[in-house]
Amino acid sequence: MARRVAIVGTGQTHHKSHRLDVNGREMIHEAVTRALEDCELTINDVDAIVIGNMDHFESINCVDTWSVEGSGGVMKPILKVSTGGTTGTSVAIAAYYHVASGLFDRVLAIGWEKNSESDTTGAIITCSDPIWDRFSYSGAIPSLATEASAYMKQYGATQKDAARVAVRDRTHALNNPYAQMYNRPISIEDVMESAMLAYPIKLLDVCPRSDGACAVVFAAEEIAGKISPRPAWFKSCAARHTTTWFGDVDYDTGLLSLQRAAREAFDKAGIRSPADDLDVAELYLPYSYAGLKWIEALGFCGPGEGPRFIWDGNTDMGGKIPMNPSGGVISTNCIGATALLRVAEAALQVMGKGGKRQVPDVKNALATGFGGCWWSDVVVLSKDRPS
Amino acid sequence: MKNTELLTIRSGDTGMPYEWSIGKYGSRFFREIREHQRFLGIRCPGCGKVRVPPRRLCGPCFRELDELVELSDTGIITAFSVVNYPFIDPDTGLQRPIPYTYGYIRIDGSDNIFSHIINETDESRIKVGMKVRAVFRKPEEMEGNIRDIRYFEIIR
Repeated sequence: MARRVAIVGTGQTHHKSHRLDVNGREMIHEAVTRALEDCELTINDVDAIVIGNMDHFESINCVDTWSVEGSGGVMKPILKVSTGGTTGTSVAIAAYYHVASGLFDRVLAIGWEKNSESDTTGAIITCSDPIWDRFSYSGAIPSLATEASAYMKQYGATQKDAARVAVRDRTHALNNPYAQMYNRPISIEDVMESAMLAYPIKLLDVCPRSDGACAVVFAAEEIAGKISPRPAWFKSCAARHTTTWFGDVDYDTGLLSLQRAAREAFDKAGIRSPADDLDVAELYLPYSYAGLKWIEALGFCGPGEGPRFIWDGNTDMGGKIPMNPSGGVISTNCIGATALLRVAEAALQVMGKGGKRQVPDVKNALATGFGGCWWSDVVVLSKDRPS
Repeated sequence: MKNTELLTIRSGDTGMPYEWSIGKYGSRFFREIREHQRFLGIRCPGCGKVRVPPRRLCGPCFRELDELVELSDTGIITAFSVVNYPFIDPDTGLQRPIPYTYGYIRIDGSDNIFSHIINETDESRIKVGMKVRAVFRKPEEMEGNIRDIRYFEIIR
């Protein structure tokens, strides 16, 4: 029987496009220090570390050993987990497994990326099949753009519908001083007039490239309440990875990996009606069209109903199910940290530490990760200790 | 290329020391293009799906495949994007020419989609659902790699 586990502390850097003042190790150290301060622990209290970033990004491999002076991992068990865009949720889920297993009481999960040091598009291209896909593939944006083109054809969604999602996330980032796009709000006209990167994705439809790190402290049920008066209980999680042939994705059935991961995680957590039973969602939406289509996969609305659900204000602060109070991925994307930031932000909401971005009375919070070739992770956190 | 030859792909001319095995069905796929200017797929006896390019394993069913299926050189656009931003192609070390159209084609007779390029970069003249035909290199110029398919052109 797995032990119950809670998140007791979180830390993140102030994300920027270029952090020339720090190297990767020093940037990781900032996030770790803030997480430990948040839960009033020292590095000596940490039993094990799970760390991850994108393979090949900074052209630094074996980052688990390279980063120890920043992660605090000297003479500790360290596990590196790297699963592309889902890396951040994968390190969170792996840290949860460590503690739930009963073998470790306090585990530190770290995600980080220094995009300014990387050839992001080139590195992502090397994730694709060298024989069949690499010749025509050009990184994350056109791959997502093809999905958007099929969704628009299937349901008649428009570029303006997608722009509404980008405007929501950038508006929410007004409340998050850690976001790269803090205090840089945009309008629907701004989005529509921004440069067409890859039809139908325009510059303001898509995430920036950020330097940043995030750290989260997980603790066992016996000690979580002593460390934090209001921990965020890890209620459930699920991961679904599909095959990596780009051509084997069926766009018309929705994002299958997210549908399946959500079904499992919601069943375990007792979430029957996501829009009613969840109070806030921090979603890995790397581009605006995902904010239409993927919320359907999560069951917030039916197939093709994403645009209406968004325009009705359901996902704004004060709406039925606020999404991305942090400003989301469209406001900050330090890739290996991005999905862990979703978990950390969901935890902040449950712990009541959201500051200006706090949603009132959060009981259940959702975090998701996305990456690889249409892979999805789902995490549900709760104020209530799991039964 | 001999009929039984198993092919490999070399990385570009920038001296990357990689050499990737295509496998026996992938090698057959490129020979079929050279000899008959048509695609080859493979049917899974488990799920019944025909996928192109042919591969030896079905991931969802986790089983080996061996039933090759002859397909035509035509298909339908299921998704596309016109790529406008510059980037370095890790295969060549050079900037990939832009704009170009990245397309997902459902080859007639197959159940999945095939990623390649479409020779239309005016987004007002391209739509999901359009019929396309593959344009190949001349057989004597073929090298046994994905570039033997030059592009897909829209049948108007």
